[in-house]
Amino acid sequence: MTKPTEKLELFEVFVRSKRGLDHKHVGSLHAEDHEQALEYARDCYTRRSEGVSLWVVKSSDIVASQEDDADCFYDPNDDKPYRHATYYVLPEPVNNM
Amino acid sequence: MTPEEQNFMRKIEAEEKIEPKDWMPEAYRKNLIRQISQHAHSEVIGMQPEGNWITRAPSLRRKAVLLSKVQDEAGHGLYLYSAAETLGISRSEMIEQLQTGKAKYSSIFNYPTLTWADVAAIGWLVDGAAIVNQVSLQRTSYGPYSRGMIRICKEESFHQRQGYEAMLALAKGSPEQKAMAQDALNRFYWPALMMFGPHDSESAHSQKSMEWKIKRETNDDLRQKFIDQTVKQIEVLGLEHPDQNLKWNEERGHYDSSDLNWDEFWSVINGNGHCNRQRIEHHVAAHEEGEWVRDAIAAYNEKKRAKQAQNAA
Ligand SMILES: [Fe+2]
Ligand SMILES: [Fe+2]
Ligand SMILES: [Fe+2]
Repeated sequence: MTKPTEKLELFEVFVRSKRGLDHKHVGSLHAEDHEQALEYARDCYTRRSEGVSLWVVKSSDIVASQEDDADCFYDPNDDKPYRHATYYVLPEPVNNM
Repeated sequence: MTPEEQNFMRKIEAEEKIEPKDWMPEAYRKNLIRQISQHAHSEVIGMQPEGNWITRAPSLRRKAVLLSKVQDEAGHGLYLYSAAETLGISRSEMIEQLQTGKAKYSSIFNYPTLTWADVAAIGWLVDGAAIVNQVSLQRTSYGPYSRGMIRICKEESFHQRQGYEAMLALAKGSPEQKAMAQDALNRFYWPALMMFGPHDSESAHSQKSMEWKIKRETNDDLRQKFIDQTVKQIEVLGLEHPDQNLKWNEERGHYDSSDLNWDEFWSVINGNGHCNRQRIEHHVAAHEEGEWVRDAIAAYNEKKRAKQAQNAA
């Protein structure tokens, strides 16, 4: 008995395009398990050699912050411009440090 | 060479990164664990000399800035411990090595911060020297270390600039303030140069590290870069350069300078700096005093699990 596709587990797919770079989120897919997700991801997302490495992660395992709450979630950092290098005005001859 | 070794060396030569699940020589792994954990320990211990001044910063603005900087350093420690963990060593092993003296951290943090100007000098010179080293390490051959360095470098620039700004305020201030700035420069300049490590000929790990591209530039080359870039910065401050033998060498295109006091260097590394004991004791005490937090987390998780099990039943 086969499950309808949408009843299968949802996985998020991350591709590393080149050795040394971070994995980037590229999309998601349904699969029975991790192994199958990895094969699907290869077929879906790397048909043109887009990557050298793939990660698949169960979507249900991802804990995300709420964008609607972004204002108060990031609020403690918004009033700290001094964390940026450009905040400090230095004399011209040494300004490129 | 085995096929695995060949494949590894091919990647190194082609400037490809080595990633955690790749095969790598045992000595490469060990060498990296030593270097990355030492780097992580330096970030963490490095919070102490500056943390010493947070409550006594001369203004609310300087206090907020210093607090932010020290907070960043804790973050840098975290990035680096995580990178080292990808090589198969645990956080607790690393902490244990630090606390028992088996692992080292940068000697610069064994110097005391006697005045507010020292905090300015640290941001400017110590973070400045760290940046020279870390910019070079962005090209290191181990992927997680390289990505950590890229992230850290983005954050470091503010550290150096805030230090220089604070230094400038003192150097352009009252005669007492200027004298304080000069004194801090005189004391921190030399240890900052020692941060790049011994001469390449004396450096136990240098050659292999260069071959494997863990390190991309030699200690002496990086040190020279720092010496050169600092000259103008001292001039703009209107302070006297601590090195009487500093002289532009047209032929080399670099400044010539005095050799360092290597006896002091080895003595501090081997535990006899001003603050070696204090730094580790403080780390141990903070770790032990934090025990109740770790216990509370464990107790809370236990309680949550029990509740979930009850609800499921
Ligand atoms: Fe640092
Ligand atoms: Fe740092
Ligand atoms: Fe820093």
